[in-house]
Amino acid sequence: MTAITLNVNGASHAIDVEDRTLLVHALRDTLRLTGAHIGCDTSQCGACTVHIDGRAVKSCTVLAAQAVDSEIRTIEGLAKGADLHPMQAAFREHHGLQCGFCTPGMIMMAVDIARRHPRPDDATVRAELEGNLCRCTGYHNIVKAVIAGAAAMEGLA
Amino acid sequence: MYELAYVRPQSLTDALAMLAQDDGAQALSGGQTLMPVLRARLAMPTRLVDLARLHELAGITPAGDGIEIGAATTHHDVSTSSAVRSVLPALAGLAGGIGDAQIRHRGTIGGSIANNDPAACYPSALLALGASITTSQRTLAAQDFFTGMFSTALEPGEIVRSIRLPACDKARYIKFRNPASRFALVGVFAARLPGGYRIAITGGGNGVFRWQEAEQHLDSGGSVSAIAEERLDIGNFTGDLHGSAEYRRHIAAVTVRQAISAIT
Ligand SMILES: Cc1cc2nc3c(=O)[nH]c(=O)nc-3n(C[C@H](O)[C@H](O)[C@H](O)COP(=O)(O)OP(=O)(O)OC[C@H]3O[C@@H](n4cnc5c(N)ncnc54)[C@H](O)[C@@H]3O)c2cc1C
Ligand code: FES
Ligand code: FES
Repeated sequence: MTAITLNVNGASHAIDVEDRTLLVHALRDTLRLTGAHIGCDTSQCGACTVHIDGRAVKSCTVLAAQAVDSEIRTIEGLAKGADLHPMQAAFREHHGLQCGFCTPGMIMMAVDIARRHPRPDDATVRAELEGNLCRCTGYHNIVKAVIAGAAAMEGLA
Repeated sequence: MYELAYVRPQSLTDALAMLAQDDGAQALSGGQTLMPVLRARLAMPTRLVDLARLHELAGITPAGDGIEIGAATTHHDVSTSSAVRSVLPALAGLAGGIGDAQIRHRGTIGGSIANNDPAACYPSALLALGASITTSQRTLAAQDFFTGMFSTALEPGEIVRSIRLPACDKARYIKFRNPASRFALVGVFAARLPGGYRIAITGGGNGVFRWQEAEQHLDSGGSVSAIAEERLDIGNFTGDLHGSAEYRRHIAAVTVRQAISAIT
């Protein structure tokens, strides 16, 4: 075991992990932040998406130790108390989910899309969501939710 | 994941020492190839030496009339760099089409070329443009660096530092995408350099290669429509569940014609 400090959602956590521990396992098993899901073992599904230093990444494809000295943000860090983040609210409003398994990854990716493309169009959102798979929705309502959520984040909705 | 050790050197010198000391040590950059490989136990190094934050491997700088890109530069940073976009827009386009946004946020150019996946995008650009690769030991021409599928001229413990590419506004990368893996089923990088046309093909299966016959055909004034797939050596292609060797060769020739049409 190695003692490391992870900065997650603005708080620093001193934890003991093995060097081989993937970030998603440190988040889920050690910090009990179970929002990031594990949907594949090939780095393709995006259910595990979190932000490292503001950029969306697949937490199943990063060692916890690689994220030391970085700022990590997970789905649990978006809402302010009882107030949903505008992107979370947009997913609820536009019915951007069915079973919900892909949703934390989708929303973390969506927040990243909005950061880089403040008013994304349909084609941009679809291209940017290439790394996030959903087995339920057929994506239409997810795309609507991302466009609406991005507008809300800009304060335009 | 199996048991392994992780170390984060503070300098290139430290990194080289850590790799030299331990036969089981392997370089780690963005991890976007290595992590899936380790999880599947296709390779089992016992120690990972993290190069991602080394300042010696960072940055995009002008070099002569071209550009020099540090090995640890992410695909995202290459695709959005104003310097790359102005002198070599085709490379920015290539980087912006690798994998998906999350992969591009961590995967690096150095890791991609050191890995030399037969379906990877970057090797075709480096080969077509006649890039040079500076390592911890020496500088190599791209044609000497890529030595076959998943194989390069790198010696054990040797680290890619940077890649130097010429400016070129007559270049295009066209990727015929495998929609499941997001890799190239076939990818073509075509360029018009002062010395003539250059065409490199990735995704064939046996590693990136140049199609010199088509280059010569174009250099001697031949037409794009006369670039025929029968003249492309079938030995460069292999078949798998995604497509036969003949299918790949056909797609390659079509894609070459599209790429050449786009730059002439
Ligand atoms: C879902 C998915 C889709 C992808 N799609 C594409 C695609 O469309 N096109 C494409 O080209 N790639 C694709 N990739 C691969 C991706 O581009 C990787 O980022 C890249 O191949 C490896 O770069 P890395 O920095 O992640 O390297 P790592 O995974 O860290 O390392 C890869 C190899 O290179 C070695 N290495 C790393 N850095 C150095 C160095 N500086 N010197 C010497 N050796 C070094 C490592 O030891 C290892 O053997 C995809 C990957 C995934 C998971
Ligand atoms: S769990 Fe599927 S990409 Fe991370
Ligand atoms: S809502 Fe079920 S996987 Fe997307």
